[in-house]
Amino acid sequence: MVIDSLNFTPWSPLLGGVLIGTAAALLILLNGRIAGISGVIGGLLRPVQGDILWRVTFVAGLILAPLVYGVFYAWPHARIDADYGVLIAAGLLVGVGTRYGSGCTSGHGVCGISRLSPRSIAATAIFMATGFVGVYLIRHVL
Amino acid sequence: MIISFLCGLLFGLGLIVSGMANPAKVLGFLDLAGNWDPSLIFVMGGAIAVGFLAFSYAGRRKTTLLGTEMKLPTSVKIDRRLVFGSILFGAGWGIAGFCPGPALVGLGMGLPKAIVFVLAMLAGMGIFELLERRRGG
Repeated sequence: MVIDSLNFTPWSPLLGGVLIGTAAALLILLNGRIAGISGVIGGLLRPVQGDILWRVTFVAGLILAPLVYGVFYAWPHARIDADYGVLIAAGLLVGVGTRYGSGCTSGHGVCGISRLSPRSIAATAIFMATGFVGVYLIRHVL
Repeated sequence: MIISFLCGLLFGLGLIVSGMANPAKVLGFLDLAGNWDPSLIFVMGGAIAVGFLAFSYAGRRKTTLLGTEMKLPTSVKIDRRLVFGSILFGAGWGIAGFCPGPALVGLGMGLPKAIVFVLAMLAGMGIFELLERRRGG
């Protein structure tokens, strides 16, 4: 293992993490809901009356975040190396997988680990391990 | 409603500031065997530090600070569905560098590749719904 000291930036991730944690904290303490992105979207595909509006507004806030950020700062560069075929395959896997697994990086990785939920700790360990293996196979084996 | 909008907004700003919205950065974090960039550990660290305090307080309450119902998950069973789903999710995350939140932020930036990813993700969630309905779920 070689640490990439050129790209290593601890402070902005820490600040971003605190913002994410604060958003999750406010949503549970004020709205009583888990800020798990896949769960918030997934609930819209099986709509239950009275359970729709908060999901739509949460997703709207998420999508409008770059617009608000752009008022103050230039957007940081987002580099997407995967081609369209890979992106479609990846999107399908993420869509099916997060629904079967009841959560993603936010619902399990942030909220679930914060609750010390054994399910979320297991899920996070599994999807991170699979992510590590996937990148290893693509970059170093194939 | 306004609260959930602001929470979504704050969450999205956090994703942009943290670097999670850049798939190349995410893949650099997942590339343990290569030139490893550990930065994104700090995203989880920062988020969990705040989240831990909030959720331990939330867990001791029956209602929210506004008096509405507190909906905390109750399931504790690590079942086949959780394991299977998390494997698929990790694989998808590892090949493109996108998880659901950052993909929506990328969609908000108008990135064509993020839009395609989000559409495929919604299709995947739709497939799950169809399979569940067939099961009678």
